[in-house]
Amino acid sequence: MNEATPLTLAALGGVVSERSGVVNIALEGMMLMSAFTGYVVAFQTHNLWLGVLAGVLTGVLIASLHAALSISLMVDQIVSGFVINILALGITGVFFKGFLQEASVAGPGVLPTWQIPLLSKIPVIGPILFIHQPITYAMLLAIVLIQFLLFYTVWGLRTRAVGEHPLAADTVGINVYAVRYVAVILSGGLAGLGGAYFSLQQIGQFLPNMTGGRGFIALAAMIFGKWKPLGAFYACLLFAGAEALSGRIQITGVHIPFQFLGMLPYLLTIIVVAGAMGRAVAPAADGKPYRKA
Amino acid sequence: MDLVIEWGQVHALLGENGAGKTTLMNVVYGLVRADNGEIIYDGSPATIHGPTDAIRLGIGMVHQHFMLIPPLTVAENIILGHETVGPVSTVDVAKARKQVSALATRYQLEVDPAARVANLSVGMQQRVEILKTLYRGARLLIMDEPTAVLTPQEAQGLFEILRGLAKEGKAIIFITHKLGEVIDIADRITVMRHGKVVATTTPGESSPADLARLMVGRPVMLQVNKQPARPGKAVMQLQHLVVEDERRQTAVNGVDLEVRSGEIVGIAGVEGNGQNELVEALVGLRQPRAGTILLNGRDVTRTSARTFISLGVGHIPADRHRMGIVLEHSIADNLVLATYDRPPFASGIVRQLGAVLSYAKKLVKAFDIRAKSPAQPVASLSGGNQQKVVAARELGRNPKVLIASQPTRGLDVGSIEFIHKQIVTQRDAGLGVLLVSSELDEVLSLADRVAVMYRGQIVGVLEGKDAERERIGLMMAGAA
Repeated sequence: MNEATPLTLAALGGVVSERSGVVNIALEGMMLMSAFTGYVVAFQTHNLWLGVLAGVLTGVLIASLHAALSISLMVDQIVSGFVINILALGITGVFFKGFLQEASVAGPGVLPTWQIPLLSKIPVIGPILFIHQPITYAMLLAIVLIQFLLFYTVWGLRTRAVGEHPLAADTVGINVYAVRYVAVILSGGLAGLGGAYFSLQQIGQFLPNMTGGRGFIALAAMIFGKWKPLGAFYACLLFAGAEALSGRIQITGVHIPFQFLGMLPYLLTIIVVAGAMGRAVAPAADGKPYRKA
Repeated sequence: MDLVIEWGQVHALLGENGAGKTTLMNVVYGLVRADNGEIIYDGSPATIHGPTDAIRLGIGMVHQHFMLIPPLTVAENIILGHETVGPVSTVDVAKARKQVSALATRYQLEVDPAARVANLSVGMQQRVEILKTLYRGARLLIMDEPTAVLTPQEAQGLFEILRGLAKEGKAIIFITHKLGEVIDIADRITVMRHGKVVATTTPGESSPADLARLMVGRPVMLQVNKQPARPGKAVMQLQHLVVEDERRQTAVNGVDLEVRSGEIVGIAGVEGNGQNELVEALVGLRQPRAGTILLNGRDVTRTSARTFISLGVGHIPADRHRMGIVLEHSIADNLVLATYDRPPFASGIVRQLGAVLSYAKKLVKAFDIRAKSPAQPVASLSGGNQQKVVAARELGRNPKVLIASQPTRGLDVGSIEFIHKQIVTQRDAGLGVLLVSSELDEVLSLADRVAVMYRGQIVGVLEGKDAERERIGLMMAGAA
């Protein structure tokens, strides 16, 4: 469940964005930047919650950049996402070398674990579902919330319509650009929260490239989960399981070089996506900029 | 330009492709801004800046390419943008379905509100589009080329619906380039040419020939002038051909057909019944799953497009931009696209540009391609002239059999006349032609034999002289 938290949050971000027709490969960069700013703010203010907030806002900010580039300026969505990823890697790397490397002796710590009274005492599922740190609870809430928003509300219907056939949505008076901006920015917020997980919930440190490509694994999970919030979550559990497994095997000291074990989640991603691609149907207008006549 | 539409009437807007009909209506619907002039609606000037304004005024538009979202249900498509809202901004699906059902019953446009649009026939999808405008309270309905995708029977059904709506006092603007249906449906007719109104008349006052003359600006032959065919021996034979589409679904399901030299075999059918897959198999672009293709008795089933070309198969594809020409390349290069690598256009690996150019000059003249020079890019030509380039290339290398798919789609009447004449002339010189067209009129006027395709099968072959519209129409719908 812990490893699945950032994956799921990012995958949900992917679902929301792509359902509106904007491919968001910048999830990785958004998470990394958010992990960084979240840590810096928490370190400076000695308040982990402000750090989480900063992480979310960073995600929103970068998503706005992605939205402006890909929706208004009609830059290729992959190119825009790629640029953001490289930018995030570069900026966080430089600042880490410049300031954090020496200062990181006494970090701000990690978010507390909340044990839900009574519920956590249920055998087997109690510890799985009800003893977690806050971002994991937020992730579980977000799954339910996004599933509801996308499939049961007016906002969701319009977002899906825009992702399938923006011109049709336009002809019934829906503002295609506004719908896409909202979706991409929400996507950034989710990814930002996922980023805060790394530095504030998992280890209480910032390390260069600490997201390690999980934004991309999240995208794979989104595809495997057929662009549905619940489906994406199940896929994330699978990938997170592979990650946990590779960690466990390393501890047991089996004579497999750890580099190979570390490959496990990525390898699984490739296999799963190769199998799922083609069968899962993406939103019809996914990745296509909308140009008003 | 000026145009007056009255309530309770079906007003046909007639004109060739590119005459400005659709653009004009997009201005009325707010999708395109007018540079000048004003729209008076219900007696007062209207400002329409977008579809929202148009919808509020009671203007509804059914676009030529439907504005429906296939994965969503009928009810969802209809309410989109004007949703029935329940608590916390949820979509009240039950209420939406009830409203849609009520509306459908009232206008006799029965449709299942819970069905997914992707699973509906084109005719049903059009109903959904009409319901969509009625749900928004439309009083002025704009129909853009509504019969282009319908069988003749479905078109008759649509006409009844439209007459019923007009009787209720609604105004209907019916955009089309088909003369026959204008006479059938319209109360008033406005003819447009080059963005201007050239005449407003009624079906009683004008004959189809008059309308055609107004549309084109000169007298037009509505019928193709041709002698009876004198077919020779078979040049292309299909034996139990089975072809799959991209999703590996069977698109062509056991077709037996023969094209003889000196005859035109027409394939009629509503689009999407396997015609595209059949054509691609017949020019070597798609491997059939089963069956045989014989060219002059030789089995070519599992060979390449190159083999088909060298054995004399010509191909005019349905989508010239995607498959017919390289837009950025010159007219000359496009004219030798199939033969650039062999003498006289190449010797060894070196192209003979002189030979290419003189050949191009010859064809440009013979096919009346309006261009300043064969060196200019094809993209700079009009649609009609681009299609002439394709026809010139394919007919210019003296094929034994020509596979022509929608050869005149989107062309003006003049170009249509020209291409039809070329096909008939080549037929008389011994060419076998397989003509695939969703325009039934085109098939009927050109073909010597008509094969009707429905759900991947040939459901009947009729000799040209006893091929009646009604019977073919029923076959196209799978009813005969």
